[in-house]
Amino acid sequence: MGEVARTLRGRVAVAGVGETTYYRRGRSPDAEFLLAVKAIKAACADAGIDVREVDGFASYADDRNQPSRLAAALGLPELRFSNMQWGSGGGGAAAAVGNAAAAVATGLADAVVVFRALAQGQFGRFGGGTRRPAVHGEAAMTVPYGVLSPAQMFAMRTTRFLSERGVDRSTMRAVALAAYHHAQQNPRAVMHGRPLTTEAYDEARWIVEPYRLYDCCLENDGAAAMVLVPADRARDLAKPPVYLLGAAQGGEHRAAAPVHNAPLYGTACFTTVAPRLYEQAGVKPGDVDVVQVYENFTGGVVMALIEHGLCSYEEANDVLTFENLVAPDGRLPLNTSGGNLAECYMHGFGLQVEAVRQLRGESCNQVPGAAVALAAAGPMVPVTSDCLYGTAEALG
Amino acid sequence: MTVLPPGLPAPAPAPDGLDARYWDGTRAHELRVQRCAGCRTWQWGPEWVCHACLGEDLEWPAVAPEGRVYSWERVWHPVHPALAEAVPYVVVLVELPHAGGVRMVGNLAGDAHAPVRLGAAVEAVFEDHDGADPPYTLVQWRRTEEEHTR
Repeated sequence: MGEVARTLRGRVAVAGVGETTYYRRGRSPDAEFLLAVKAIKAACADAGIDVREVDGFASYADDRNQPSRLAAALGLPELRFSNMQWGSGGGGAAAAVGNAAAAVATGLADAVVVFRALAQGQFGRFGGGTRRPAVHGEAAMTVPYGVLSPAQMFAMRTTRFLSERGVDRSTMRAVALAAYHHAQQNPRAVMHGRPLTTEAYDEARWIVEPYRLYDCCLENDGAAAMVLVPADRARDLAKPPVYLLGAAQGGEHRAAAPVHNAPLYGTACFTTVAPRLYEQAGVKPGDVDVVQVYENFTGGVVMALIEHGLCSYEEANDVLTFENLVAPDGRLPLNTSGGNLAECYMHGFGLQVEAVRQLRGESCNQVPGAAVALAAAGPMVPVTSDCLYGTAEALG
Repeated sequence: MTVLPPGLPAPAPAPDGLDARYWDGTRAHELRVQRCAGCRTWQWGPEWVCHACLGEDLEWPAVAPEGRVYSWERVWHPVHPALAEAVPYVVVLVELPHAGGVRMVGNLAGDAHAPVRLGAAVEAVFEDHDGADPPYTLVQWRRTEEEHTR
């Protein structure tokens, strides 16, 4: 047997994407499991495949809706792949796609659904912090000092980054304003019809310095899903295939050293992942037409854009402006659905879906002729992940 | 007098004993940091193995309880009921030059509205919670005299 190229490039395609209605936190009328089911059905319908063709599931962040239950509920003939990405919460959003793609590329399964479902009303919210009387391990060395919420965990990393690199908070504001701008054209967006002005951003209350209110993601209920199939199968289906050009996940040296001891502290943790991604995909940063970057907090997006080579530390204050970050004409259109800040906090999976829509020409904020889309998950967590998607033209 | 009001979760030693020496140290007003007995590499938080040489013989020397502010944040939105009246408060990440530059998280005592300087010299304040069951001691930080007169 001849040697098989050790790459995902061009071997797997996204056949379908879908989501439920997106709700404000706690407002879903449906149970979380039903949200997952609805998103999976929507993605299969979009692909033009029968749900019964699905033979695998992948997710991340300890999604509660287990593949075995889904396979039983959906009456699947057989389950062949059941996969959970370990750790780092939303940082696994692109990794789950990569894991599913690896299964499809190697023949472990033929049609794998990647999904994320959240009903924070049913299961409690992320942003609240613990109410336990005692904590141990790393938490014992942070929580008693009032470091409880994700914003409080990431703010010091951002402070260090801004100071060390001379990057201005105006870059963070541009990220927030671009997201809200895009959401105004997106009827799915929770913040559709609720534009954000520069003044409102600047006057919003501090959550934890250096983050004001609109630097922070939403918390929502909903579900989103994507169906991956072998590239040759995708060419026979309902929508033009969007190919996976590359996928990468991981972390920097000792990124998870406890109690904020990561050696590279002022990073989004993409400095090793992004170069591996580009190498596998055969793509350079300058080839990327549209970018989706997970926003837990705007500062992490700024770091991530730089670490993906989309601008340098020195250029950041000049390049990361509202005008440059908005579709259709910006130099670096970012989070064109509104993302976690203004479309829906679908734990970053909406950003993967949006990358696919851009390459089909279906975005609410379409970048003309977009052929290569980057979708990054994580920033500032010890395990981040990336996918690069491309059209048939980009695949060459 | 504590920096933050009572009611936050209390620190409990790890069930596997990994950080017991640290918490015993704070009760004695000593700042103990893990160091490899073999290659002398400092590491924090504690782990069962040295990340540099993979040795498993780790010591817990007490180090001078002083450091420099590596980063900071000022919290305005309280996410725990105990903190509702305590905002703003300042959290600092303190780099310990006497322990290979490892970092620890604590609160910066003093005026929570005052500017915080990266690199500011700070010293530890051992904050006893003797009434807790079991009692514990946190490590807080304050600017040195020298820093105040800069």
